[in-house]
Amino acid sequence: MWVYEKKLQYPVKISKPDVRMAKYIITQYGGPDGELSAALRYLNQRYTMPTERAKALLTDIGTEELAHMEVVATIVYKLLKDAPIEELKRVDLGGHYAQHDRALFWNDANGVPWIAAYVQATGDPVTDLHDDMAAEQKARTTYEHLINLTDDPDVKDVLRFLREREVVHFQRFGEALNHVQSFMEKHPGWKPHPDHQPKPPSEWAPPGGWLPPKG
Amino acid sequence: MEDVMSHVHMERMRMLKEIQELEFVAVELNLYLDTHPEEREPLMEYNKVVDRLMHLKKMYEQRYGPLYHFGLSPSAYPWQWIQSPWPWEM
Repeated sequence: MWVYEKKLQYPVKISKPDVRMAKYIITQYGGPDGELSAALRYLNQRYTMPTERAKALLTDIGTEELAHMEVVATIVYKLLKDAPIEELKRVDLGGHYAQHDRALFWNDANGVPWIAAYVQATGDPVTDLHDDMAAEQKARTTYEHLINLTDDPDVKDVLRFLREREVVHFQRFGEALNHVQSFMEKHPGWKPHPDHQPKPPSEWAPPGGWLPPKG
Repeated sequence: MEDVMSHVHMERMRMLKEIQELEFVAVELNLYLDTHPEEREPLMEYNKVVDRLMHLKKMYEQRYGPLYHFGLSPSAYPWQWIQSPWPWEM
């Protein structure tokens, strides 16, 4: 089960409203590479992971992404708070107001609602961990775009924190992937399901894996 | 009166920031240990952070109310959990 901690993972200090920036940042709430997608992807993939490390990591990073979703929600909530309707219309949030007023909703920067098709679970741990690494890179890139879109130092600060977390998660997923691959080499009979066709390790990735050598 | 209020708020935010910083270290070490479970040094560091964090959270909860629900924190009368501000309001 989960418990709620009545605090944010990172402080969100917003000194001035900015409805335009709220419209952009909402994509990290409910866009394709946002925190909802990340949390659900990891928490859902963990059931079919073969190693203790991968099960733990997906549980923990998935949980941290839920905390990030709350941080993003808080940024958007504060940026939109008390915004006059005229302001909302000016940045094309009139449609959002019509459907949701100033409430949060899981959609991207263009108002497209979240769909489950943004995430995947193939049941193949090697494939799924690659998917997770790609997801972290996509989220990192999106945060960089968002940082470029604002001059507000308070907003930049939180976005930089969130961006940095994606880099760390990518690293940890890479380590879990290497470990899963060596586990599968040592246990050639392991199958995620009875009809799985095992592939030789050489077909998963080039020799030595995708990650640059350490040191 | 307003000065007293803002002083109380600033003290609360300072303490909260300390918890956030320490918990960040805990999260970071936790994820690292997930993929390096046999390393001793980060594990010792993690256990040290757990001790400090438990102490700090207990102090914060005594002053400002529970950080956790569902049986993880006690409450004074009346039921403290519902009290504002919620995290997105601070």
